[in-house]
Amino acid sequence: MTLEMTGEATLRVENLQTHFDTKAGTVRAVDGVSFEVRQGQILGLVGESGSGKSVTGFSIMGLVDPPGRIAGGRVLFQGRDIAKMGEEELRQLRGNRIAMIFQDPMMTLNPVLKVETQMIEAVQAHGNVDRRTAWTRARDALGQVGIPSPEERLNSYPHQFSGGMRQRVAIAIALLNKPDLIVADEPTTALDVTIQGQILYEVQKLARETRTALIWITHDLSVVASLADEICVMYAGRIVERGSVDQVLDAPAHPYTAGLIGSVPSRNVKGTKLVQIPGVMPSMLNLPSGCAFRLRCSHADATCEASAPPASGGARQVRCFHPLTEVA
Amino acid sequence: MATPIVELKDVSKRFVKSLDMAGKLAAKLGANVREETVHAVDRVSLSVAEGEVVGLVGESGCGKSTLGRIVAGILPQTQGEVLYRGQPLSALSGQARVKAALAVQMIFQDPYASLNPRMRVADIIGEAPLYHGLTDKAGEVAYLDETMRRVGLDPAYKKRYPHQFSGGQRQRIGIARALAVKPEFVVCDESVAALDVSIQAQILNLFMELRAALNLTYLFISHDLGVVRHLSDRVVIMYLGRVVEEGNTDDLFANPNHPYTVALLGEIPRLDTRKRVFVPVKGEIPSPLNPPGGCHFHPRCPHAMARCSVEAPVLREIAPGRRAACHLNDAS
Amino acid sequence: MAELDTPFRRFVADFREDKVAVGAAVLFVAIFAAAMACSYISPQNPYDLRQLDIMDGKLPPGKASMDGLVFWLGSDGQGRDMVSAILYGLRTSFLVAVTSGLIAAAVGTSVGLAAAYYGGLVDTLLMRTVDIKLSFPAILIALVLLAVFGQGTGKIVIALVVIQWAYYARTVRASALVERRKEYVEAAQCLALPQRRILFRHILPNCLPPLIVVGTIQIANSIALEATLSFLGVGLPITEPSLGLLIANGFEYILSGVYWISFFPGVALLVTIVSINLVGDRLRDVLNPRLQK
Repeated sequence: MTLEMTGEATLRVENLQTHFDTKAGTVRAVDGVSFEVRQGQILGLVGESGSGKSVTGFSIMGLVDPPGRIAGGRVLFQGRDIAKMGEEELRQLRGNRIAMIFQDPMMTLNPVLKVETQMIEAVQAHGNVDRRTAWTRARDALGQVGIPSPEERLNSYPHQFSGGMRQRVAIAIALLNKPDLIVADEPTTALDVTIQGQILYEVQKLARETRTALIWITHDLSVVASLADEICVMYAGRIVERGSVDQVLDAPAHPYTAGLIGSVPSRNVKGTKLVQIPGVMPSMLNLPSGCAFRLRCSHADATCEASAPPASGGARQVRCFHPLTEVA
Repeated sequence: MATPIVELKDVSKRFVKSLDMAGKLAAKLGANVREETVHAVDRVSLSVAEGEVVGLVGESGCGKSTLGRIVAGILPQTQGEVLYRGQPLSALSGQARVKAALAVQMIFQDPYASLNPRMRVADIIGEAPLYHGLTDKAGEVAYLDETMRRVGLDPAYKKRYPHQFSGGQRQRIGIARALAVKPEFVVCDESVAALDVSIQAQILNLFMELRAALNLTYLFISHDLGVVRHLSDRVVIMYLGRVVEEGNTDDLFANPNHPYTVALLGEIPRLDTRKRVFVPVKGEIPSPLNPPGGCHFHPRCPHAMARCSVEAPVLREIAPGRRAACHLNDAS
Repeated sequence: MAELDTPFRRFVADFREDKVAVGAAVLFVAIFAAAMACSYISPQNPYDLRQLDIMDGKLPPGKASMDGLVFWLGSDGQGRDMVSAILYGLRTSFLVAVTSGLIAAAVGTSVGLAAAYYGGLVDTLLMRTVDIKLSFPAILIALVLLAVFGQGTGKIVIALVVIQWAYYARTVRASALVERRKEYVEAAQCLALPQRRILFRHILPNCLPPLIVVGTIQIANSIALEATLSFLGVGLPITEPSLGLLIANGFEYILSGVYWISFFPGVALLVTIVSINLVGDRLRDVLNPRLQK
C-alpha cells in the first residue's frame, strides 16, 4: 500500500440515502451507500440501469433535484458535509474543487458560446485571475487532454468538434481548476471503441499526473478493470460488493457480481450458451423483501427472504448471506 | 460450394442531400453550399452461406447499419446487386419477391423505437403472418402463442402494449415479430447494444437457441467485438463504407492483418487486463461526408506509405478464406 | 401493471393531473351538451315567432314575461329569451365549427400524408401551397370567399375548411416525417406489408396526438372566426343566428343601458373558447412526445 492510500479520504460517503418521492411511493434510489476515495485513487462504481449509480454521483455533486432529496447519511468532502451545504457554498465547490463529466458532453458545454469564453469564465468564476492567465490555463488544459493545436481550437464552438473531441473539451473544463475530485458518469459509453481508448488513455495519464481522486461510474466492467483501483458494484440502490479490482474480478463474493462477470462473452467458451442471470432488475417501487437480488439468485434461501444482508466490515465488503468466497 | 443464401455483389449506397430552392439560389450567388454525398457503403461484396453466422463489425459511420438495411430490403442499393439464393432481387416480382423479402428479416437496435407504441403485442407479432397467409383467422391464436413461447414471452401478455414491457422483453417481441414470418436469414443490427449486461446474455442465448432450433443464418452487426467473437463463424470489418478485412473468426482475432483491425482489437477493454496502459490509435474517425483519399485509414495508420494516400487498396485474398485491403500485403 | 393499461388510459390519467384542465373539460362538455340539447331544455324556441311577443322586448335579467316566463338573462328587442337564444346560437356555432373542423382535418391529413409519403415534387408543391395559404390572414380569405359565394351555413363551412386545412396538413406532414424514420416503420417494410397499409395503419395512428391538439385549438378558432364574420354581417343568415349575430343585434342598444343583449352572448363565447383552449393546452402537454415519461 502506497503512502497516500493511508491518508485522509478526499471523499467519504457514509450511509447515503437518496430518495425520490413519487405518487406511487418513495423510491429509495440510493439506500445506505458508503465508500471513500483517496487522492490519486480511481474508484469504479459499476451497476446496471436502475442500480442507483448515477444518482449516487449526482448526490455527491449536490445535484439532486426535487422530487429527489438526500434523506440521510453524510457526504464528507475533505471533512465537510456536502449534504448540509447551501446552494452558494455548493456552487463554490462545484467546478472548482469537485468537477463532473457527463455521458453527454453537451451537459457541460454551452452550444452558443465559444470554447474559449466558456473556459475563461470557468476559471474566473472561482478565482481572481486576469484574462490572460485564464486563457493560458484553458489552452494548457486542452493540450493536457490531447487536443491538437489548442490555440486554434479555443476559438471554436462546441458543434465544430466531433463527439470524442467534445468529450475531451468537457474533461478539460473539469480539469481547469485542478479539482480534488472528479465524478465521471459514463463518459465513454456513447463513444466508439478507438475513441474510448483515446479518452481512457488521457484519463489514466491525468489521474497519474494530477493525483485527482476519480469516481468512474459505468455499466461496463471491462472498462473499470483496466482503469480503476477499487470497484463498488451496485444493485437496487445498494453497494453489494466492494474491493480492489483484483479481488472483485478474480474472486467475486456476491452472486450478482459473479453473474455479471460470467455473462461477459469472452469469459465463455466460444459459441456455447452464456452464463446468464435469470430474470430482470426488480422495480425500485416494489423490491422483494430481504435481499433485493434473491429472486434472481441460485443461492437464495429463507435467510435471504427474512432480512436484507448487512454489509460486512472492512475495505473488502459484500452484502450477502452466502458469499461465494470468504471475505475477511 | 453451395449457392450462398444471400450474396452482395459490388453493392454501393450513396445518400445525396440535394439542395432546396434557397440552397440552389445561394449556390448561384457564390455561397459555399453544395450537394452533399455520403458514400455510406462503397462497393461491398459479401456472401453468407446457409447456417452461417457472419459478424459485421465497425465504428460509427462505417456503413454497417446501412449495409444491413440493404440486405434486409429496407433500403435500395444505389449500385450493385443483392442476390437471394442465387437470384438477383431486382429480377424477382410478385409472390417470389414477397417470399424473398420475408425470408430475410431484421432485428433492430432500439427496443423502444422498433415497436409501434399504438399496437398491441398480438398485432405487432401477428399482423404480417395473417396478411401474408402464413396463418388464418382460425389458427391465428395458436400461431401467435407458439411464436411468443418460442422467444420466451408469456402468451398471456399478448393484449398488452409495448410500454408495459422491459427493454429485454421488448427485444423479445421484436424477435418474435421477425420469426413470425418464418425467415431463413436474420439481420441483427446492434440488437443487444441497448440492453443491460445481464439482459444482454439472455438475448444472446436466445439468438443461439433459435439458430439451432430453426436453422437460421445470421448477419450479426455489432460494435462489440466480444459479442461478435462469441457468436460468429466469420467476421467482416468495415471502415468508412469499405470492407477492410474479412475472415474466419478465430483466425482473424488471433492474427489480424489490416492495421485498423489490429488497432480495433487492441482497444477493447478486457476484464483480465488490469491497470493496462492504453495505447491510443491516433486521430479521429473522419467524416463520411469527406473521407480521406486512397486508403480511408491512412491518416491514422502507423504504417502509412506515400502510396496509401493516393491509391485505395483492393480487398483481396491473403490466405485461404482471408481477405484484406491493405498495401502492406503487396510488399511482402 | 394492469392488463388494461392502454395508451388511452394512460392519457386520461395524465390529463387528470391538471385540475384546471379537468375543470375546463367538464365545463366545455356541459356547454356542449346543453347547446346540443337546446331544443329540449331551453325555456322557449327563440325562432318560433308565435312564442314571441314584442311587448316583452328588452326586459332586463330576472324580469318575467307577460305569460310568466322568467328571462334570467333578459330578453332582446323582439322579446326573445336570451338563455334560449344563447343555447340555440351555441348549437349553430358548434355545428359549423365541428363540421368544418372534421372536413378540414380529413383534407389536411390526406394532403400532409401525401406530402410526407411521396416527398420530392409532390411534397414541394403541396407544402408551398400550404405556405401561400397560411400567408393570407384568415379573416381576409373568409371575407373574400363569402363576398363571392354569398351567405349561408354551407358557405361558411366551406370558408372555414379553406382557412383551416393547411394547419392540419402541416402538422400531419411534420409528424409523419418523424414517424416514417422510426425503426417500427422499417420493420413493417421488412415484413413486406404494402405501403398503403404502413401509411394508414402504422404511421397515421402515431400522428394523431398532434392532430388532436391542433383540432381542439382550431375548433376554438373557428368558433371565434365564425362569430366575427356573423358580427360583421357576412356570416350566417339571420334565420340561423349564431353568437356573433346575437352580439351584433344587441350592439345598437348597448349605449342605452340595455347591455345584456350583447353582453351575455359575449360571455358565453368567451367561456366556451377559453375552456376549449385550456383543454387544448393540457392536451398539448400530455400528448407531447418530448414531455412523455
